[in-house]
Formats: sequence, structure tokens, C-alpha cells
Amino acid sequence: MVQAKPRSTVEAAVTPVNRRPKRQMPWPLNLYQTAVGKKWVMAITGVIGMGFIALHMFGNLKIYLGAAELDHYAVGLREIAYPILPKENALWLMRGLLLVSLVLHVHSAFSLWAMNRRARPMGYQSKRDYIAANWASRTMKWTGPIILLFLAFHLSDLTWGFANPDFEHGAVYNNVVASFERVPVSILYIVANLALGVHLYHGAWSLFQSLGVNNPSINWLRRGFAALFTAVIVGGNISFPIAVLTGIVG
Amino acid sequence: MDLTLKVWRQDGPQARGRFETYPVPGISADMSFLEMLDIVNERLITEGVEPIQFEHDCREGICGSCGVMINGKAHGGHERTATCQLHMRTFKDGDTIVVEPWRAGAFPVIRDLVVNRSALDRIIEVGGFISINTGSAPEANMLPIPKEVSDAAMDAAECIGCGACVAACPNGAAQLFTSAKLQHLNLLPQGQAERWQRTVAMVETMEEYFGGCTNHGECQVACPKGISIDFISYMNRDFIKGKSINRRLGGQGLAK
Repeated sequence: MVQAKPRSTVEAAVTPVNRRPKRQMPWPLNLYQTAVGKKWVMAITGVIGMGFIALHMFGNLKIYLGAAELDHYAVGLREIAYPILPKENALWLMRGLLLVSLVLHVHSAFSLWAMNRRARPMGYQSKRDYIAANWASRTMKWTGPIILLFLAFHLSDLTWGFANPDFEHGAVYNNVVASFERVPVSILYIVANLALGVHLYHGAWSLFQSLGVNNPSINWLRRGFAALFTAVIVGGNISFPIAVLTGIVG
Repeated sequence: MDLTLKVWRQDGPQARGRFETYPVPGISADMSFLEMLDIVNERLITEGVEPIQFEHDCREGICGSCGVMINGKAHGGHERTATCQLHMRTFKDGDTIVVEPWRAGAFPVIRDLVVNRSALDRIIEVGGFISINTGSAPEANMLPIPKEVSDAAMDAAECIGCGACVAACPNGAAQLFTSAKLQHLNLLPQGQAERWQRTVAMVETMEEYFGGCTNHGECQVACPKGISIDFISYMNRDFIKGKSINRRLGGQGLAK
């Protein structure tokens, strides 16, 4: 005899987890009011960040040409587009663009993360077994903050200089060598760049999907691009502390 | 085969659920997963225990009602296989099988393994249709559409709305479902008139109920119909276009 448990009289009502914006902002701001639009912003600001990271790494290779070359390159950055623009104007424009991109990238990430948490208030009670989601894609929310914290240290170390006791404004080569001769700092740079690599490996592929750049016949290039880009950036960046520690530079 | 079943039991939407463990001896390797559940339920009924409630209908992988998480994978995690098409021979003798309902804010549990998937209907209601009278089936070659495009639309149309993409997604996002339903119509000539309106309406409704896509790709491997995340990418493109183009000019030029 089946003992029928009292059936619930409460409907399993389906309610929205996210509120629709009350007011549509004018185009193109209304795009940012949607999750798909936020992913576009995240992808575009990611591309800007990738462009910066690539040029930053490439420019820093001048360290292998000696102190005079690297210091001259640093001065040259301040004179981009000079004499059309006054000195440092182009530099500040680029810094402004990077800062805006960074803020948007972080804000869109945070607001999408909050949205995703609302979308599954009660998680799986048994162990999930992921098939496709890889380590890189699942750690974006950790590698991101690690990169952000590292960025704060990196600026205090080699731009503002207060985290570097031997800092001298304009003496880029000496500052870099003085910083990397501290072994814990070098290790921090290496670890942070590995985190950056993990972040890039997913981001540099994911941005194509988010922007709707998809053609099945050439989609293999997207993964390949992400892997190559990551390898070049991380390899180049990590070579600097290693070169200082092994005495190749300095 | 002698198995142990660890299954989610929940008496109602508001009740607290829990896992219960049932020994399941004497299962044939040729049974389907649902037939195994039928056997368990028959035994539970003779023991006077309320049987495990699960949703099922066609049992041939086309109705989309039987989805559950099996050992942490939607539909058990085999390529292009719904729960009803999963055979017991994919398990080993002595295995413990953990069965849990889909988890998502928009998929409240009704009872045991049955969830309310009507949030997917809310998305269809706002645009997953064609309003023109298409009449009876036209002569196939009269439709001005390349073969590859109609094939792609057919691939998208394979979606059975089971909700495995939402269940498998670490973010609880319904992008694969929505993009499949969109591209199924957006790729066809009959779907062009409402294309941009449909895309915007369905995406915005989707975002009210579900999470966002972070391109894990977990949905496409969970999908019992093997629908590709390529469609998500096309949806992302169509959505921004739909929000940006001048619809009075049939989609030419910017401004709204």
C-alpha cells in the first residue's frame, strides 16, 4: 500500500531572476543594459587590453639591447605623435583609453557574475563533472582579480616607484634590474604572468564568440590564435625577470 | 547488474530535498536508464514507498522531457544522447549512480526529478514563431534558399527544449536554447520579416530568467541534439544588429 504523501498545493512558480531595466537608455548605452551587450563591451575592452599587453611586451624587449636603448624607448613613448600634439598628450590619451577599458571590463565582469549567481541560487548538491569547460574558462573570475592586484603592485613598483626602494624616475633599465633582483618580486611577476596567460587563453578565444565572429570553416584559427598569443605574451614577459635573475641582463 | 542509486527526493516545490540511496540489484545491461527507474519504482511501490517522480514521454529522444543530471553530467554526458536513450551498459556492475534534477533559478523543482521548464516557453512566446500565413508546404525548390543555409536552420531546429544547456552551464544560461530557436527562424526566408524584433525580444526575455554566456562550451557537449555554440555567436551578432539598425529601412544603415 503506497502511503501517498500530501501533495504540495503550491505551484512551482517560475519567476524572473533579473529585472528588466525600467528605462531604455539611448543607443549605444542601451546595449550595455543587456548581458549580450556587456559581453560585447567585455570583448572589445579585452581586445584593447590585449593590444596594450602585446605592445608593452614588445617594447620591453628593448631591455636586451641595453640601458641606453630601453631608456630612450621610454622617453619616446612620451613623444608619440609629437610635434603634432604636445609632448605626453598622446600618452595620456592612451592611458585614458586603457583606464576606461579596464573599468568597463571589470564592471561588466562583476555585473555578469552577479547575474549568473542569481540564475542558479541553489547549486548542484552532487559533484558536477564538467566535460568542455576547461580550467582557464572556469578560473576567469580568479585570474582576473589576481591580474588586477598585480597591476596595482606593478604600477607602484615601476611607474610610481614607491614599492621599489632603488627607484629613480627615467632610469627604466636600472629600475627594472633593481626590482627583479629581489627574488620574491621576480617570483610574483612570474606567477602573475602565468595567471595572465590563463586569463588570455580563454579570453582571446572567447572574444570571437562574444562578438559574433564565427565561421565554422576557419574557427580552428580562433583557438590557435589564443594559444599563440598567450604563449608569446607570457614567454616574453617571464623572460625579463629570468634574464635579470640569471645575470643575462643587469 | 547490481547498482546503487542515489537519487534526489523532494516532496514539493517548497519542501527541503535530500538524497536517498536505493540498492538496485538485477538490472539488465540492455535496459534504458528510464526502464531502470521504472523497475526501481515498481519495487518502491511494492515496498509501500512513494515512487520517484521523473518526467518522460516519447522515450526516443525527441520530446525533451526526460532530462536529469546523472553523475554530474546532463543526460549522463554521452554524445547526442538524451536520458531515455542512455543504456545501462554504459555503467559498470557495482556503480553508484547519482541522479539530480536540473538546477536553475528559472527551473524550480516540482517534485523529485521533475522541474518546471516553462521559462523556456516565456522565451518562445515573445518571438519564436512566424506571424505570416505560410500556407501549405510549398514546392521545395520554390524557396530561394541555399542548401547550406537550410541545413543550418535544420540543425538549429533540432532543439527539443530539454533544458540540458541550462542545466550543464556553470552560469545557468539558456543561450544555446535561445540561439537555436532564433537561428532556426532567422536563417529562413520566412523568418526575415520579424528577424530583428524577434532576436531582441527573445534575448531580452532570456536575460530575465537565465544567466549569461561565458563561452565554457559546456552546453554543446551536453546537448542531446549536438547543437553547436556557433549559433550563440550568430545570436550575439544578430542581437547587436537588431538593437542598432534602422528597421524602417529594412536594416540598412545605423540609427534607430
